Amino acid sequence: MNKPKPTLETTFAGIKCQNPFWLASAPPTNCGEQVMRAFDAGWGGAVWKTIGEPITNVSSRYSSIDWEGRRMMGLNNIELISDRPIDENLREISEVKHRYPKHVVIASLMVESKRDSWHDIVQRAEDAGADGLELNFGCPHGMSERGMGSAVGQVPEYCEQITAWVKEKARTPVIVKLTPNISDIRMPARAAKRAGADALSAINTINSITGINLDTFEPNPNVDGKSSHGGYCGPAVKPIALNMVQQVQADPAAALPLSGIGGVASWRDAVEFILLGCGTVQVCTAVMHYGYRIVEDMKDGLLTWMSEKGFSSIDDFRGLALPNVVDWKHLNLNHKIVARIHEDLCIGCQLCYTACWDGAHQCIHLDRAAPTPDTSHTPAMVEAESARRISMTPIPKLDSGAARGSSTITPLERIPRVDEGHCVGCNLCSLVCPVENCITMERVDNGMPSESWEQRTTSGNLSERTREVMNTNG
Amino acid sequence: MSERTSFRMQFSTQPEIAARFEDIHPPFDSQGAATVEANRCLYCFDAPCTAACPTHIDVPKFIKKIASGNLSGSARTILDANILGASCARACPVDVLCEGSCVMHRYNKQPIQIARLQRFAVDWLHASGSPLPFEPGAETGRSVALIGAGPASLSCAAELRRRGIRAVIYDSRPLPGGLNTYGVAEYKLTLPDSLREIDLLAQLGVEFHFHQLVNSNSLAQLERSNDAIFLGLGLSGIHRLGIAGEDLAGVTNALDLIAGYKSGTITKSPARVAVIGAGNTAIDAAIASVRLGATEVHLAYRRGKESMSAFSFEYDHAKQEGVKFLWHVQPKAILGSGAVEALQLTRLIATTDGTLIDQAGSEFLLHTDLVVLAIGQGTHVSFLSHGDQSPKIQLEHGRILIDRATGQTSNPMYFAGGDCTNGGREVVDAVADGKRAAIGIAAWLEAKHEQA
Repeated sequence: MNKPKPTLETTFAGIKCQNPFWLASAPPTNCGEQVMRAFDAGWGGAVWKTIGEPITNVSSRYSSIDWEGRRMMGLNNIELISDRPIDENLREISEVKHRYPKHVVIASLMVESKRDSWHDIVQRAEDAGADGLELNFGCPHGMSERGMGSAVGQVPEYCEQITAWVKEKARTPVIVKLTPNISDIRMPARAAKRAGADALSAINTINSITGINLDTFEPNPNVDGKSSHGGYCGPAVKPIALNMVQQVQADPAAALPLSGIGGVASWRDAVEFILLGCGTVQVCTAVMHYGYRIVEDMKDGLLTWMSEKGFSSIDDFRGLALPNVVDWKHLNLNHKIVARIHEDLCIGCQLCYTACWDGAHQCIHLDRAAPTPDTSHTPAMVEAESARRISMTPIPKLDSGAARGSSTITPLERIPRVDEGHCVGCNLCSLVCPVENCITMERVDNGMPSESWEQRTTSGNLSERTREVMNTNG
Repeated sequence: MSERTSFRMQFSTQPEIAARFEDIHPPFDSQGAATVEANRCLYCFDAPCTAACPTHIDVPKFIKKIASGNLSGSARTILDANILGASCARACPVDVLCEGSCVMHRYNKQPIQIARLQRFAVDWLHASGSPLPFEPGAETGRSVALIGAGPASLSCAAELRRRGIRAVIYDSRPLPGGLNTYGVAEYKLTLPDSLREIDLLAQLGVEFHFHQLVNSNSLAQLERSNDAIFLGLGLSGIHRLGIAGEDLAGVTNALDLIAGYKSGTITKSPARVAVIGAGNTAIDAAIASVRLGATEVHLAYRRGKESMSAFSFEYDHAKQEGVKFLWHVQPKAILGSGAVEALQLTRLIATTDGTLIDQAGSEFLLHTDLVVLAIGQGTHVSFLSHGDQSPKIQLEHGRILIDRATGQTSNPMYFAGGDCTNGGREVVDAVADGKRAAIGIAAWLEAKHEQA
C-alpha cells in the first residue's frame, strides 16, 4: 500500500508556509541578511525583530542557566525591540520578500498606544510586503515601562483596543503575541479574539532573574553592577508554554490559529506543540545556541515521524492531544499502577531506593538477599552497616580463590525491591532511574470500574470523613 | 612545639628524573573540566565505590561538593576518611577499588574518574596554602609511640592527634612516608608530593624521630614511656635467590632501585636489565629501568602470566613501555667476572600435581648488565621478642596478627597495621589500618582509664 508522501506545507491563518518552522521575533531575525541566510538553511518563515521607534540597548543583554554541565538550559534577555530605524527594517523586508517570495515574513510591531501610530506602522509594514503582522504585546522588560509590550498584554481591555485599531487598517492576517506574565492567559487571548485577531502566538518570555553573583551580589545579566528582570526562554520554559497553549486552545472563546513558542529546540518539541493545537512553531533560543542549521533535523525528523504515524499533513495531527488534557476531577481514581524494577537492567545505584524513602512512600526495600522480606530496615541502618564493613584491596596472590564479583554484574543485594502492595504508583522511582526501561510503571487490574472525583461526588459515594472535609471547605 | 622545618623543603627532584617520569594520570586542567566529570556521578545511595575503598571515603559526597564548587568541603570529606587522600588519589589501583566498582560499568559507560576528582579537590587544598581542616583534640596526656613512618603510622598518628593523644613516630630513614615517599613509581606519586602531604599532617603536632632503628632495648624504653605502641613496620628487605653470583656488582633489588631514582642517587640505567619476579614492584622496577634509559628490559618469572601477582593494568602498562616477559623460567646463576654479565635461566614445566620442574637441557643465558630482584619481602620482627627470645606478639605466616577492627595484637599494648599485618597491599589499606588502630587505641586507653 502506497501511503501519500507527507508534506510539511501548511497554511496558517491564510498564510501559505513551506514548513511550520518559523524563527521567532528575536535577535536571529534582526536584519535582512540574517533572515535570508535562515531561509537558505531551510526555515519556513521569520517573524522580524520587533519594529518600532528605535531604542537604545544596554550591554550586556543575555544571561543563562546552565544545568549540570549543559549550557543554556534557560536563557534570559533584557534586550529591547529593534534598535534600527523603521525605514531600514522595512526596506530589508521588501528586499527579502522580493528574493524569497515563497517564504513567510511576518512583521512584528510595537508602537505607542495611539490609534494613528498603529495605523501608520501597519500600513508601512504591509506596503513593504509583510505576509502578516504580529503585535508584540508580550515583551516583559523595558518597553513595558513605557506603556508598551506586556503592559498592553496584561490588560485585556488594552489588548482588545489596540488589536481593534490594527484590524481597522490591516489587509494581512493579524497575530497577537501573548505574554505569560499574567494569571490567566485566556483573558488577553479572548480579548484579542473579540477584537477580530486572525491568530495568536504564545508564549512570549517569562519575567526572570537568572542568577546573582555570590561575590558581588550583582544579578545577571550585569549592566554596570545592576540588572533588571529579563525575559526567560529556552528548554526550561517548554512545560509552561505547553500548558498555556493548551489553556488557550481548549477555550472556545480564545481559540484561534496559534503559533507555538517556548523552548522549541527539536522536531519532537514541535510535534508536542502541534498536538496541542498549534499550526506553526517559532524558535529562538535553540538558534541562538546552535545556529540556523538546526532546522534541517527539525524538518527531517518531523517528516520521518509523520511517515511512521501515517500523517500526510500538519493538520492531520494538529490538536490530537487536546482531548487528553482534562481537569483533575475527571481523572480515574481507580486506575492503579505499580513500579516494577527489571533486575536484568538494574545497575544498583539505588537512587530509586533513596528517592522512595525520602521523597515518596517508603515502599522500596533492599531485602532481596534477606531470607524474608524486611520492610523495617531504614536507609540509616543500611549506611551504618556499610560503614562497619572492612574492605581491602584485592591482591591476586594474597586473595587467591576469593571470588570477586564482576563489576558488570549487579549483586543481588544492590537491586532494590518494590513492595507493590504499598506502592502508590507515583512514578518517582522511574523518573530518577538513570537506566532506560529499568523501572516500568505497570497496570494492576484491581477489577474496579473507572470512577472520577466528579463522578464520586455527584453519586454521593463518599466516606464520612471526606464529606466532613468538603463541608468544612465550603 | 618548636618551629619545624618543612620536609618538602628538604628535597628537590632531579630535573632529569622529573622529565623521565612524567605524570601518568595528569590532573584536570580546570574547575570546569572537573565539574563536567563530577556531574556525571549518579550520586548512588550506599555507593559501591565508598564500600570498595578501604578507608570508606564518601565518594559521591566529595564529588557533589566539587560539582557545587565547595572544594574545601570536598577536600575535608576526603581527608576526614583518609588523611593521605592526595597520595591515594595518585597511587591507588582504582581499577580494582572505587572506579572498578562504579555502577557505570554495568551501563556500558566509562566509570567516574574518582581518583582524578579526588586529586583535584585535595590538590586545591594544598595549593590554597591552608592547613588541614582539622584541629588536634584537647590533650589527654596519653602518648603512643609509632614505629615506622609509612602510611599506616602516619594515618594512625593523625587520628591519634585529632583525639588529643601524643603521637611520636620513629623511622630509620631520613625522611617520613615509608613506601609513599620512597617506593611508589614517580610517575604516579612524586617524592615531593608525598612530603608535602606529610607536612600538613605534621601540623597536627605529630612528632618525628628519624635515623632511629628501633631494637629490643629501645623498644623496652618506649614501652615504659608510652601508653601504647603502634607497629607500622612495613616489610623488610627483598628475599634473596640463594644462587651463585648474587653478590656481584650489578645485582640489586627493586626497592633499592626505586628508592634510588626517586631520591636522586640513581639517574640512569645500564642498557640491559633483567628483573626477577612478577609482582607490582617488579613491574615498577622494569618500567623505571626503561625510563632511566635501559634499551632491553626483561622480566623473568617462574610461573605463567595467569599466576603473576601484578594487576593486569600494570602488566599492560609494562608491555606498552616495551618490557619483555619471560614466563616459566628459573634463575640458576648470575654470571660475570667482577660485575654481572649474564643471567643463567632454565625453563620450567609444570607436572601434573602443579609443582614446577626444570626442563632438561633448556638452560640459556640472558646477557644483562643489571639484575633486579623483586621476589617478595619478609617481615622484620626479630626485635619484637622478650629477653628469652619468646615473641612478644603473635605472628601468623610471618605477619603480625591483629584484630582487623581495632588493630590490636595479641599483646594488648601493641597495635599494628599496614604491610606488616597484611602481607603487602596498598597505601590505602595501610591508611585504613592506621585509622582503625587509632580508634582502637583510643577506645582501649579509655576503657583502661575507666577501669583504673
